Amino acid sequence: MSAPEATLSPAEEQQKWLTETTNNVKQHAYYMKQAIDDNNLREALKHTAAMLSELRTSQLSPQKYYALYMKACDELLHLESFFRELHKGGRSIAELYELVQHAGNILPRMYLLITVGSVFVQSKDAPAKDILKDLVEMARGVQHPLRGLFLRAYLAQCTKDKLPDQGSEYEGEGGDVKDAVEFLLQNFTEMNKLWVRMQHQGSPRLKEKREKERQELRDLVGKNLLVLSQLEGVDLEIYQELVLPRVLEQVVNCKDEIGQTYLMDAIIQVFPDDFHLNTLETLNKALGQMQPTVKTGSVLASLMTRLSRYALESPEVIPKFEELQAFSLLREAVKKVSEIQTDVAMLDLVTLYQALMSFVVQVHKASLDKVDEVLAEAATVLAAQNQAVSGKAVTELVALLSAPLSVYDVVPILSLQAYPKVMELLEEPVRKEMAVTIVRSVLKSNTCITDSEKVDTLFGFISLLIKDDGLSEPEDEEEFEEQQCLVSRLVMLLKAPQPKSQLAILNTVRHHFGMGGPLRLKYTLPPLVFAGLRLITQVQKGEDVEEGEKVSRKTIFGFLHQTVQALGSNGQPGLAMRLYLQCAAAANANGFEDIAYEFFTQGFLIYEEEISDSREQVTSLQLFIGTLHLCTCFGQENRDALVHKCTTYSSRLLKKSEQCRAAYSCSHLFWVPGSKDSENVALCLSERRMASTPQMGAQGSATVAAASLWRYLYFFDEGNTAVTVQLLQGLMDLIAEEMAKTQSDDAEGSNQTENFYASTLRHIKHKKAEGGEVGARYAELNV
Amino acid sequence: MNFLGFGPSSTIEVDFGGAERRTVTIKGDGGSAETLPLFSGVETLAGQVRVTPPPGKKLEHTGVKIELLGQIELMFDRGNFYDFINLVHNLDAPGELSAAKVYPFEFSRVEMQYESYNGVNARLRYLLRVTVARSYSSNLVKDFKFWVRNVSEAPQINNSIKMEVGIEDCLHIEFEYQKSKYHLKDIVVGKIFFLLVRIKIKHMEIEIRRRESTGSGPNTYNESDTIAKYEIMDGAPVRGESIPVRLMLTPYDLTPTYRNISNKFSVKYYLNLVLVDEEERRYFKQQEITLYRRDL
Repeated sequence: MSAPEATLSPAEEQQKWLTETTNNVKQHAYYMKQAIDDNNLREALKHTAAMLSELRTSQLSPQKYYALYMKACDELLHLESFFRELHKGGRSIAELYELVQHAGNILPRMYLLITVGSVFVQSKDAPAKDILKDLVEMARGVQHPLRGLFLRAYLAQCTKDKLPDQGSEYEGEGGDVKDAVEFLLQNFTEMNKLWVRMQHQGSPRLKEKREKERQELRDLVGKNLLVLSQLEGVDLEIYQELVLPRVLEQVVNCKDEIGQTYLMDAIIQVFPDDFHLNTLETLNKALGQMQPTVKTGSVLASLMTRLSRYALESPEVIPKFEELQAFSLLREAVKKVSEIQTDVAMLDLVTLYQALMSFVVQVHKASLDKVDEVLAEAATVLAAQNQAVSGKAVTELVALLSAPLSVYDVVPILSLQAYPKVMELLEEPVRKEMAVTIVRSVLKSNTCITDSEKVDTLFGFISLLIKDDGLSEPEDEEEFEEQQCLVSRLVMLLKAPQPKSQLAILNTVRHHFGMGGPLRLKYTLPPLVFAGLRLITQVQKGEDVEEGEKVSRKTIFGFLHQTVQALGSNGQPGLAMRLYLQCAAAANANGFEDIAYEFFTQGFLIYEEEISDSREQVTSLQLFIGTLHLCTCFGQENRDALVHKCTTYSSRLLKKSEQCRAAYSCSHLFWVPGSKDSENVALCLSERRMASTPQMGAQGSATVAAASLWRYLYFFDEGNTAVTVQLLQGLMDLIAEEMAKTQSDDAEGSNQTENFYASTLRHIKHKKAEGGEVGARYAELNV
Repeated sequence: MNFLGFGPSSTIEVDFGGAERRTVTIKGDGGSAETLPLFSGVETLAGQVRVTPPPGKKLEHTGVKIELLGQIELMFDRGNFYDFINLVHNLDAPGELSAAKVYPFEFSRVEMQYESYNGVNARLRYLLRVTVARSYSSNLVKDFKFWVRNVSEAPQINNSIKMEVGIEDCLHIEFEYQKSKYHLKDIVVGKIFFLLVRIKIKHMEIEIRRRESTGSGPNTYNESDTIAKYEIMDGAPVRGESIPVRLMLTPYDLTPTYRNISNKFSVKYYLNLVLVDEEERRYFKQQEITLYRRDL
């Protein structure tokens, strides 16, 4: 038979002990309160001491002990107010202060003493500083780490509003802020010693557990620093001369990893920014004296983060940063960390440089060279680690690289030599993302990049997006497309004011884009072509061109030709063809007949060799016809050749109806200003119509006929002699006939044709009604 | 006594000189307390003795006397009193008392150099003994105890107690008490400085010990008592710690140090510094302190 206790788990055991001790506390507290009600001091003290004796336990874990402590503290409030009552009733607090010291056990005695002491200070029967000094001194008797920490926490808690701080009611007789500081520093020092000592007591096997427990207790220690930071009287001078050196001395001397890490961080978090700014050197020195395992990097990082935020929130202090040479101090510190701590994690290093970077961009907005320095150093240090940047470090590194982008225009950043070096540290997918970020921020900033060298650098930064990665297909189609679209949008921002430099830019871009492989070219080259076209317009206008900046348009056309050709030979014939036509139109506008002809020729070549889809052929042909129609620069011979090509291709289209439509379009080519050939127009219109009717079926021919009627009407209006009233009348009759035939067949298709035809008729009627010369011509037409 | 047929007896009363006489409450054996008149140093004891015969009877006597006795009683010699003071005054010649009679008395300038003391093995007491001597029945004797305390001047020389003690490679401490001589309401102030700590100390306390020595030479018998236990440290200190000591003497039942009282006994006090380790082993160092009475 085993006792049930034997089977309790450690956690249950803890709970059991806690319950027991808490019950005891409650019980004693009950008697204590009863004695207080009876106004029986002696009994009250006796029961309080008994209650406090429960805190002497060594069995509870810090967490459970804390629960017990809180309970006891609550109960002590009753006693405290009882003391206050007694004092009001004329009892000497000094006497009480002595009386409670009769308690035989130190822990209850100290809790009692602190409780009375707090009332004592309040009573002002003795100077606050003396009482505080006595309390903090007497508390030395409790050397047990856990119990001592809580006791001193109680001391800090009870006295925090009773310190002779500047402006406090206890100042003056009660001492001054230096006394308050001294008190807190001493309590802090002692608490820290106890806290550190926990690490070294007990079995080495339980190290991990102990460290966890210590972490749970750390805020008790930090509380002192918090109270210190809240003292009104602690100004920069006192902080610099008194507080910081003492605190740091303690932190450095405790030689404890957990302690140093926490406390340095606590110092940085609780004290105001301008204190840190003014004591950077001291802080740095202390950081250099930490234990080798302490992650001073993260401490430094949070310091820098704070300072950056400070600079952001109060820009007026920025000159002070300069004056104190904050940057070089921090830079030194960062460097030291990376030098001294050889096994420092990559993440910490990256975080460190990230923090330094955001510090620089916040504080030293004006000096880009500092940014470059940081980058260069980061690149060297991180590369020396010979480790891959992974996990969270990637995020930090990206943040580091993005920091300058968020503050500076991209253009100046392009002069940062070290930037790409840092980028190199990233693995490819992330580097690509980074490149996208850069591109985005360029686009967002909407600033033009005006010289080809910068363009070169920029493209160097984002080369991952631009260069062919040897993949035949992108991994993620959508993402790839998005990236390429972003890159192509960039082209719009690459603008030099003078033509020659602009051409240089274009050539540079062309060079970079040229390495992109077929997959990228289709996105990147078209905007480049258009940029070239724009440049031509610019040159054509010829405004404000400086000496030595002249460029011949032919050169640009040469550039365009070569660019479009590249597109054509890289699997984008359709696109190339369209761009050729675009260029042809431009050449026309500039009056370069030969060049325009050449572009057309290239276009037709592609048409012949590459365009095999019939639908594509139709649209392409429409483009040819349209463009050619616009071009006025051609001499008769060239023009005839090109028109001939168009008509020939029209007749070779697959579907009859398409042949007809194409022929109708071609008709316009014979009707351009200066060359109005009625015969050929009529030929184009009629020949096809006649040839087509039988094969197309009633419905099709009605539709085609209706469409042709429009063309006829156009030329009729234009005064083409070959288009006669009889011809029109005949056509109209034919349409009516065909439509009658198809009424029943396909309801929707015929409806469309009917509507189209009906509105054509309305148009004719309208023209008739208009009267005048045109109206007279229409008059003969019978609707 | 009436049952035994003697009838109402005579009464003897002593008045020590009015209500102004200060008194002191002394804890007797078994926790009982008695209130006694208090005298100090060289004093004249004067007052009245009142002898009242039983009502309606006469009291025949062969003389009335009053004695002032200073006695020491030792445990091993119980019941045997050593009188270091014995003063007698005759109050009345042989005769007969038919009514109450008051006798004034006076012992002028009696030197009561020793304090009254109720110890374990030794007792020192003062009393007035009134004897009504009778010839054919036993004398009527009644004792009237009073208490004596002597105040002494603060000592001219009061050195601190300072000492370094230790166990080699194990524990080295230095302790210091500000004074070696304390009055009974004094405060012991000092500090303990840890120079080397290799043992796991659990706590540290200060004891006040009283050593009562009786007899002399080879027959000396010592009796030690712990009067106070006062914890001054909880937990284990490390090298370099200094622990404050502040022990108030007021709450304890102390007497001044008595040295060789009439060659019969001594009472000495010690401060005993005790360190207790986790295995409950006790390491201690005892230092004598001198106690004196500053005020009554």
